[in-house]
Order: sequence, then structure tokens, then C-alpha cells
Amino acid sequence: MVKKRVFMERKIRVLLAKPGLDGHDRGIKVIASALRDAGFEVIYTGLRQTPEMIVEAAIQEDVDAIGMSILSGAHMTLFPAVLNLLKEKNADHILLFGGGIIPKEDVEKLEKMGVGMLFTPGAATTEAIEYLNNEIPKRRKEEKIF
Amino acid sequence: MGDSSMKRIKEKKEELKRKSKEECLKKKYETLSGIPVEILYTPDDLEGFDYSKDLSSPGEYPYTRGIRDNMYRGKLWTMRQFSGMGTPKQTNQRYHFLLERGQTGLSVAFDLPTLMGYDSDHPRSQGEVGKCGVAVDSLEDMETIFDGISLDKISTSMTINAPASILLAMYVAVGEKQGVPSEKLTGTLQNDILKEYIAQKEWVFPPEPSIRLITDIMAFCADFVPKWNTISISGYHIREAGSTAVQELAFTLADGFAYVEAGIRAGLDVDTFAPRLSFFFNSHLDFFEEIAKYRAARRIWARHIRERYKAKKKESWLLRFHTQTAGCTLTAQQPENNIVRTAFEALAAVLGGTQSLHTNSMDETLALPSEKAVQIALRAQQIIAYESGVPNTIDPLAGSYYIEWLTNKMEEEAEKYFKEIEKRGGVLKCIEVGYFQREIANAAYKYQREIEKKERIVVGLNDFIVPGEKIEIPLVKIDEKVEKEQVENLKKVRQKRDNDKVKKRLEELKRAAKGTDNTMPKILDCVRCYATEGEIIDVLREVFGEYQEPPMF
Repeated sequence: MVKKRVFMERKIRVLLAKPGLDGHDRGIKVIASALRDAGFEVIYTGLRQTPEMIVEAAIQEDVDAIGMSILSGAHMTLFPAVLNLLKEKNADHILLFGGGIIPKEDVEKLEKMGVGMLFTPGAATTEAIEYLNNEIPKRRKEEKIF
Repeated sequence: MGDSSMKRIKEKKEELKRKSKEECLKKKYETLSGIPVEILYTPDDLEGFDYSKDLSSPGEYPYTRGIRDNMYRGKLWTMRQFSGMGTPKQTNQRYHFLLERGQTGLSVAFDLPTLMGYDSDHPRSQGEVGKCGVAVDSLEDMETIFDGISLDKISTSMTINAPASILLAMYVAVGEKQGVPSEKLTGTLQNDILKEYIAQKEWVFPPEPSIRLITDIMAFCADFVPKWNTISISGYHIREAGSTAVQELAFTLADGFAYVEAGIRAGLDVDTFAPRLSFFFNSHLDFFEEIAKYRAARRIWARHIRERYKAKKKESWLLRFHTQTAGCTLTAQQPENNIVRTAFEALAAVLGGTQSLHTNSMDETLALPSEKAVQIALRAQQIIAYESGVPNTIDPLAGSYYIEWLTNKMEEEAEKYFKEIEKRGGVLKCIEVGYFQREIANAAYKYQREIEKKERIVVGLNDFIVPGEKIEIPLVKIDEKVEKEQVENLKKVRQKRDNDKVKKRLEELKRAAKGTDNTMPKILDCVRCYATEGEIIDVLREVFGEYQEPPMF
């Protein structure tokens, strides 16, 4: 890993993205506001991002995590695409998590592939906040050891 | 009523209000949209109320009580389940199932590539084909969807916006093949691009050419498809995106006024196109607020169209609307409870005088509806229609102090928004600077925080939870093979058709798009020779350009 993270105390930076053709942005905007109010640095890409655009933006913005929202059923195509690109670009220290209408068996498959927590209908924003607050410091620490 | 008895009523109410501050379960009572609600409504809440001016008879201006003088005795609402999934063949099967179960109209749900103008083999369509609706690439797909369904016997609504002209052209062409002339076709195009920019976000072109395509459709239909509703001005998506009832009402009607103004600017006489404008509202869970919203909508529309836009025909003043129960009120937890929620929402729509209704299926937060789930949803409508006695008499809640007060209040609040929109430079300007988008996002965030703080109870979600519950209803999954099958079919269509002819027709369309000729007849020529949706959109995109939204939250 070339990139050194000297600012251990820096705020958690999250890129929120809407991949694919889906235009439902109520959920991602609610999450964006909730993370911002909880002290995170939030970058929202807007709609219709390709996996390439998302990974590019994540690397340039030096984020800790990418959150993707997919309500259209294309999750089994788009999550693996982003995951693979992160590996290809040596950026798999970035956590990929998300939410949307994702059936339970697909959640399990995606988590096995290496996707982080996936939040489905009814989840509270506090769950996502808590998850990131636990997960990101752990990852930053591991990264420092390497 | 004498002054002294009115005084007594007021005094008694004040006393109840005082007492209620100390003895009631909650600190504040308000509608779902945040309008404060009193413990009791009495005649003094309706000061200046004038039956003939504010309500009048059903079928008479300002139509508060309904658009027809015999309402549901003359004709029940159309039972129209929004439906589409996988391949055109699967969707055709679902339509036959729904019609056999007693549905009385069709409503097509297209997949995202179709909504966005991409063919199934476009790289951006990967993973999305047939997922949240049916995939349509060429006329052949539409022929399959309506196979065995006579277009002169049923009305069809199509939820399609940016590519609306293309799908309407395909429908007209299917009619031609069935021997049904376009004059006989009945149905609705959603074709409401303004609410796409505001809420649903499925756009292709920038606003100006989008509006031109819409006025082209209005002019074409006035001549050739006179029974077609050319736009379904939609509040549904605005509400689903998180707006309040008042915002839904105000933003939707403001969009409606913008279309009327666009038609007038394009040189059309308001009375030639206004009768074919229709509306589409959400039915959320605050029962009385929703009913008041529909009543207020009719009254506001009638007043503005007659007084502001000087329409002379009665048909222009009428606000006719379709309703869909609120998808955003459904929970993934204890999904069977959604049957109950949907039934209340459907009842509100009927009490509000809807012309057509979709009831959501209990499984729709989890997947596309199963046959079992959609049948129950349809049955809810049939139970209201045939068992509840509700349709027997017109607008039965009229005269209720609360309903009339709330109807007035909705109108007042909507008028405030119209002024605000005007002050900010009109609908297009408000879209450009993200005014609507921000208002909606703020309302959505507020709603979510209230749920998380348990200021708002959602049964099964933040209270009355069943720990470790298992979902016990069957869920539909769209097979990944659908995409492959659809792409192969598309390849075959491209091989079979006369490709020189397709090229020529697309060139002609390009010329029309660059100039001022109506694009509709050219698009019809394109679809007749099996030009695909993606090919037609590409031509238009080249001429019109593409819309980009500035990201904000």
C-alpha cells in the first residue's frame, strides 16, 4: 500500500453513489443527511454512475467507504463490478457497503464476495452510522500495520 | 344558527382544547403532513362556507364533490394494477391472469432500460433488463405484450415519460395490426417529464425539447387519438420521494399549470388539449388528509383552468385522476400487514372520488408481486366496490366539519406554494435550482427521523415487532436468463427487418426533430418498420442533447 494515512483522527469520509439506471434517490439522500449530521464527511455522486466513475471518484476523494443504493434489482451485477474494480485498482482498503431492495439470499452472496453490510427496507440510519463508526477505525488500524 | 348558540359551541370547544392539553396521550396531534389537528371541529371552523360556491353538486363547477353527477352508480373506478415483469411473454401471461381475476384496465410497468431509452443490449442495461418492469425494444415486444387482448375493448395506461412518443407510437401500431383504428384507442401516457426532474428522475433530454415532444403528442392525439389521455400529471412519485400531502398537491398542480401554459405557448387552444390532461395521485395513510387532498385538487384545478386560463369547455375544468396506494407506507417486516394498510388507502381514494385505482401488493417492498399477492390487492378493490356500500352515494363525507375544514386548508396551503413557485421564477426555474428537490428531501429526512425517534409509530417496524420473524410469503425472482433471451430476440429483429428502410425513417425523424415538424408521425413510421426504442432515442439525443442533474442532498 503506497498511500500512508497519517491523520488517524480525521473524519470518516464516505462516497455515496447511485449506480445503474435507478433514479430512486429518497433513501440515499436520507442516509447522506444522517451521516452528515453524525459528523461524517459525505460526498454524493448523484445519479446514473457507472462502476468506473464510482471507483475513480472514491480513489480521488480518498474515501474510507463507498455506499451504494440500488432499488432496481441490478445489485448482483453492480456490487461485484465495483468490488472487482476496487481490487484491480489496488483500492480494496475502501469499504463497499450499501442498501436497497436486496433479497436475503443475495445479501448473503454479496457479503461472501466481500461486500460490507447491506441495509434493507426498514433499517434505521443509526444502524449505518454505528456500523461505519465501528468498521472504519478497525480498517484504518489494519492498514497501518501493513 | 343564532349568535348565542355559536358562542356556546365555541366556548365548549375551547374548554375541550384546554382539557386536552392536560389529559391526552400525545403532546401534539397533527396530520401526517404536519397540519395541526384540533380535538373537535364545529360549525365555527367553516365560517363563510358557501355550499354552491365551495362544493356545488357533483358534476358541477368547481367539482369538489366529484366529476360526474352519478359517480360510481354510473361507472365504478377502473381497477388497474400496474404490472410488468421479465420478458414481454411473461407480462402478457400476467395480464391475462389479471383480466381473468376481474381487473378492468391495464397499466404497463416498463423496465429501467426502456424508461431511460436504452435497448436491452446496451452496456448500461446490464443487470437491469426485465427487473422492475417489462423490457420493450421494438414493436414486436409490444405485439407480444398485447397478444390476445383487443385494444378496442380495454384501456391501457403506460408509465413512460422521456420515450413516451415511442411507446405511444408502438401502441398505435399494435392497434393497426389488430385492425383497431387509432381513433378508438383509449388509455393514458404518463408523459409527465416535469415530475421526473422533480422526483422520479427518469429523464433523457433537457426540459425544453422534452416539453416540445409533449406538445407534439398533444397535437397529434387531438387529431388522431382523440380519446387518449396525453399526460398523467403525477404527484405519486413526488409523494413517494418523501413529500408531504400539501407538497404533492401543490407541486403536481403547478406542473399541470406549466403544461397548460406550454400548450398555449405552442399555439394550441386550451380547450383542444386540456380535456385530455389527467392526474395521478398517491394515497397515503392519513385517511382524512388524503380525502381532503383529492377534493381540494378538483376545486383548485377547476378554478384555475376556468378563471386563469379562460377555458370555456366543461371538460377542460375537470380533474380526472388515477390513484395508487403508497408504496412507501409498506413495510418489509410482517408484510401481511400491508394488506390492511393498502385497504385503508384504497378506501380513501374511493371516498375521494378517484377514476381509477391501483392497490399495492403486500410483497412490493421485497420484490415484484406474486400472483397470490396481486390477487389479494385486487380483491381489496372489489370488496370496497361490491361489499362495503361506500360507492352507493356520492362524496359521503361532504359536510363533515373536519373534512371541509381540511379541504379548505389544503387549498390554502397549495395556493401559498403556487405563489412561492411564481416568486422563484416558475416551475422550470425551481427545478433548475433544485427547489422542489430540496423541499422533498427535507420532508423525507424529517419523516425518517420521526420514525427513528419513535415520534411516529409504524406497526411492525418500530413497535409491535416480532423478534426474529421469518418472511413467510412467496417472493418472485426475475431470472437472469431474461436478459439473455431479450437480447437474442432483439438481435433477430434487427436481422429480419428492412434495415435500409429503418435508416431512411430515422433520417426523416432527425430532420423533423431539427426543424419544427411534429415528431410523432415520423416516430410512428420508425416503429412500424421495427426501429428500436434505443435507435430512435439516439437520434433524438443527438439533436436535443442530454439532461444532467446537479447532485445535492
